[in-house]
Amino acid sequence: MRTTVGVLLGSVALLAATTTASAQTALTIATVNNGDMIRMQGLTSDFTAKNPGITVKWVTLEENVLRQRVTTDIATKGGQFDVLTIGTYEVPIWAKQKWLVPLDKLGADYDVDDLLPKIRAAVSANGKLYAAPFYGESSMIMYRTDLFAKAGLNMPEKPTWDFVIDAAKKLTDKTAEVYGICLRGKAGWGENMAFLTAMANSFGARLFDEKWQPQFSGPEWKKTLVTYVDLMKAAGPPGASSNGFNENLALFNAGKCAMWIDATVAASFVTNPKESKVADKVGFALAPNTGLGKNANWLWAWSLAIPAGSKKVEAAEKFIGWATSKSYTELVAAKEGWANVPPGTRTSLYRNADYLKAAPFAKLTLASIDSADPNNPAVKPVPYVGIQYAAIPEFQGIGTR
Amino acid sequence: MARRVAVAHTVTATVAAWIVGFVIFFPILWMAITSFKTELEAFNTPPSFLLFQWTTENYATVQERSNYLHHAPNSIIIAGGSTLVAMVIAIPAAWSMAFVPSRRTRDILLWILSTKMMPAVGVLVPIYLIFRDLALLDSRIGLLCILCLSNLPIVVWMLFTYFKEIPKDILEASRMDGATIGRELVYVLTPMAVPGIASTILLNVILAWNEAFWTLNLSTSEAAPLTVFIASYSSPEGLFWAKLSAASTLAIAPILVLGWFTQRQLVRGLTFGAVK
Repeated sequence: MRTTVGVLLGSVALLAATTTASAQTALTIATVNNGDMIRMQGLTSDFTAKNPGITVKWVTLEENVLRQRVTTDIATKGGQFDVLTIGTYEVPIWAKQKWLVPLDKLGADYDVDDLLPKIRAAVSANGKLYAAPFYGESSMIMYRTDLFAKAGLNMPEKPTWDFVIDAAKKLTDKTAEVYGICLRGKAGWGENMAFLTAMANSFGARLFDEKWQPQFSGPEWKKTLVTYVDLMKAAGPPGASSNGFNENLALFNAGKCAMWIDATVAASFVTNPKESKVADKVGFALAPNTGLGKNANWLWAWSLAIPAGSKKVEAAEKFIGWATSKSYTELVAAKEGWANVPPGTRTSLYRNADYLKAAPFAKLTLASIDSADPNNPAVKPVPYVGIQYAAIPEFQGIGTR
Repeated sequence: MARRVAVAHTVTATVAAWIVGFVIFFPILWMAITSFKTELEAFNTPPSFLLFQWTTENYATVQERSNYLHHAPNSIIIAGGSTLVAMVIAIPAAWSMAFVPSRRTRDILLWILSTKMMPAVGVLVPIYLIFRDLALLDSRIGLLCILCLSNLPIVVWMLFTYFKEIPKDILEASRMDGATIGRELVYVLTPMAVPGIASTILLNVILAWNEAFWTLNLSTSEAAPLTVFIASYSSPEGLFWAKLSAASTLAIAPILVLGWFTQRQLVRGLTFGAVK
């Protein structure tokens, strides 16, 4: 008799255990291998503590692999992921294909109006938010204040290409292995094309005209490319055509570049004394222009979105609400310091005195983001949306060629 | 005099072999060394070879961020399992083609190989859809099947060439003694083909272990093998070289050890085993 009761009790307990286990929702989150994302991964326990019914599984991949992997899954409705990390390029296309769930239930304290207007526009379609920006970036000039002072040069806040080219040539000292300017040269969309297309915008060029005719043979493109090649030959580091973001970062951190035009997120790396030999000698300025009204900077935001095939939309919304909220910013600040919070998404961050003090690059990052307009990227009118890309599905192929 | 020449020959050959070996092994050595550097050190130009502050922090970070012990068993199951299944299919196939060839055997062999001529990405979407409908996405059994299928052509070809070397007379002799096909396969053919089968198994395990296209595309987290583990440390924006090296070193360690041990067996088997 006693054993029967014991067995019964045991099975009831087992049953209870299995029900709680099945009530657990396991979210699969696909993300890129960038510093801010890795930090988010490390802070997952804060989310699971606040949402006991949800567990989180991470899939971290390199950007291009992730893009292909996630596109395959979403196009076939494979349903392998519940939260995706996507860029501003994917959002308008995927929203149009009805591949994404609109994000209108992110919680009362989400404060969608706090998002930077340019970033919000980049991740919205038809007035609806389809992805929540996790961090935003533009590009700007990072330069060595000590070398500029030594050469008697003064970097204006909105430099022209003429000034930049002239300064780059003056600051190049090949015997001391100091080069006037480091720019991306490695082929590929996420590599030199990101830079060149943004540079072309500042020279008045465009990818397509209003009738979708390619414009690459026009005089503006020619001028852009000739200027770029001449500049890299005269004032660039040797082997510049194999340099991407990482290589230029290494060169700049080693003190070998007087100027570097690249993503605003690089600012936190070059000013970090643990990584950079020139951490206390870096100044920032807007990406150069030619007086036509457009600077050579891009706009990009890594954002979190929910694929239409997911069966765990509610839990996914909770996660996105957590990861892109103001309280997440505070969590990072408390654990890792203000300089490490994900930048470029919220107005409130750029009004926060603690952040402005910890991040000397904050002002220029915000100014760069504000000066970029993905809906109106070129000097002349264009039929596409996007600055260093055109938000059409074919661009994945074009950009890489 | 002749002896001195012989000694000189041996010395030159040994030195040359060591140099070639070192050159081939250098990238792996460099990766292993980089895994013990700090990220700043890993990026340093000119790079330092041995004189730097050695650290194991990358291994700690890698283990903290992703669970090696979750991915390694997946790799072992997928690589080992796919090899086993491939062998079960390929040994009879190669046997029949080597010993009872028909008029079309040559065409069949070429046709089998032709499946390897198409880039894998060409069939990604159809395979993905099939996997989705069979609920095989992110499952070990699914990856096992696809790797087995993609390596089968090479396995069949390798075994076929090994079996071809075995004299037919021996098989005829066993038939005279009344052996059935099954007994002939197990007791006569297999022992003679052991070196060939062993090297085919090793090659197939290595191919399946390193296969990165299907494993990356058809797995997410549960079934993800070590290729996915490495891929999660590659990044175009940010300093991750030392961590990537640590992850890669961890990922190749098991297969390196396996190769090391089986190498002796293989060489011995090849020199002593076969009837030639």
